Amino acid sequence: MKDLIMKRLAQMAVVFVIVSMFAFSIIYFSPGDPLYLYTSPSVSTYKMSEEQLDDMRASLGLEGNVVQRYIDWAGKMLKGDWGLSISNHQPVKKQILDRLPNTIGLMGAALVLSVLLAIPLGLLAGYHKNKWIDNLISAVSYLGISLPAFWFGIMLIIVFSLKLGWLPSAGMRTIGVESALDVIRHGILPVIVLSVNNTAVFVRYIRSNTIEQKEEEYVMTVISKGVPRMQVLLRHVLKNCLLPIITIVGMNFGTLITGSFIVESVFGWPGLGTLCMDAINSRDYTMIMGITVLTCIVLLIGNFLADILYGFADPRIKQGKEAQNG
Amino acid sequence: MDRRAMKKIFFSNKMTVICAVLLLLVILASLLAPLSPYDPDAVNVAERLQGMSGRHILGTDDLGRDTFTRALYGGRVSLLVGSAAMCVAVLAGTFIGTVSGYSGGRIDMVCMRIVDIFLSVPSLLFIIVVYAFMPRNIMTLVLMLASFSWTKVARVVRAQTLSLKERDFVTAAKALGVSRGRIIWRHIIPNLMPQVIVAASLSIANAILDESALSFLGYGVQLPMASWGSMLQSAQQYILHNPILAVVPGTMILITVLCFNVMGDMLQQILDPKLVK
Repeated sequence: MKDLIMKRLAQMAVVFVIVSMFAFSIIYFSPGDPLYLYTSPSVSTYKMSEEQLDDMRASLGLEGNVVQRYIDWAGKMLKGDWGLSISNHQPVKKQILDRLPNTIGLMGAALVLSVLLAIPLGLLAGYHKNKWIDNLISAVSYLGISLPAFWFGIMLIIVFSLKLGWLPSAGMRTIGVESALDVIRHGILPVIVLSVNNTAVFVRYIRSNTIEQKEEEYVMTVISKGVPRMQVLLRHVLKNCLLPIITIVGMNFGTLITGSFIVESVFGWPGLGTLCMDAINSRDYTMIMGITVLTCIVLLIGNFLADILYGFADPRIKQGKEAQNG
Repeated sequence: MDRRAMKKIFFSNKMTVICAVLLLLVILASLLAPLSPYDPDAVNVAERLQGMSGRHILGTDDLGRDTFTRALYGGRVSLLVGSAAMCVAVLAGTFIGTVSGYSGGRIDMVCMRIVDIFLSVPSLLFIIVVYAFMPRNIMTLVLMLASFSWTKVARVVRAQTLSLKERDFVTAAKALGVSRGRIIWRHIIPNLMPQVIVAASLSIANAILDESALSFLGYGVQLPMASWGSMLQSAQQYILHNPILAVVPGTMILITVLCFNVMGDMLQQILDPKLVK
């Protein structure tokens, strides 16, 4: 177990360094001069001298060769100095951390919803393999996997916001209303859209696991002992299906993050995704770098936790045998 | 499994045939798009935002362009981008997967770590960020999509290669002194075909889905070219009065992606009976 953790940590460190290099190269290789924003005649009529420009470069960390600049930048990031946003001169870190809870909330709610829906559906489908209920659930899960999330979002807005007027179509709060209920009302549609894809993936996974478990000898034994079917399903089969869910949740964490970016854009949810889109549209390099790095940290931690949890839950791995993947 | 056996199994499954026919229809319709009496780009303000009618079976958009015609032309772009990205991904994935699996040792380790890195970054975010600073054309889009999807192909191919290389015919070829490249090319790759076809089907579904999401966000196919995704982007403002503008391209994406997914999955079940039991 300790070996596993160390190995994963080392792997994470390598991935992280590479990702950070990538994020850094965005600003380094991007076309145009970042100082253009300050010096362009359309912004100010004041003509800066070469010295002033050099000072400015130094203060923005635009001096020296690539390696030097990367090390400087990485050091600052590690110390928690993520720089100032180019477009509004506010600290990048504060803006990101302000938005982060909104995205995490969206993702967390969607994940919980997915798991809660997928467990009964997957068990049901797997238990009644190839019956009509299984065919129905499988067909719906195919739809869920193939559905373009943003389009589904638009359709839900048309039906539930525009035609029926039940739920708000955009944003996170009604202006002037400060209540949790209001946020939940705004969150219902985004959470549904975000959870569709994951639910479908989980259902298929639990279904095939249930089918596999049902054939196992221990299930036969319990059934022949006269334990009611429902109890067998809930007590024994479910227990052995839950374990792999941890892995699959970890594996789908990336889809969840990018999915939330798309969903946020559709619903105007004030999270990291909308912040990122705005930053890209306004060429706000420091902000883009900050968000890229942070997103990768979140994803890496998610994957790491999934691995470790799985290790703890499965005694075979705890004893040092590694899960065989990749 | 030889080609004839595979064909037979393919046609014995009802779902795969239905999906194949649907896909063929979508592809054919896109190819025959020029037969439509309307120009997909001709602006006709007099007929803007019309509903369904005999003249325009699916109505017109904000510039008076025929939605049905545009959906067909959009399909050309979506399918082109999707299949091109799939081809690049399959070629790269097969190459790296076979070399990695057959060589083993250090090469294998390095390749798999690279795959791990690609799998542990949020792909769509990276594509958007890179795309924002690159020349925005179809070529870049295809390469970006492929660069995050070859990993899945590589993993499948590698796993299959690992088991193939232990087989007798490979040992025999080795004993006869056949070179490594030739063994991979003549003996491993032909036997990988079923798995590669499955991976290709799933990969094209993902590529079309990702392309549509990117285009919807404004980072994919650029004007004046339109794909299903970018049609949805422009339709977003008119959903209140003309929801059909959003319904049409979305349905096209859904049908196409669904068919590729179902087909890939069915083939996989046929190839790996363990999964069906």
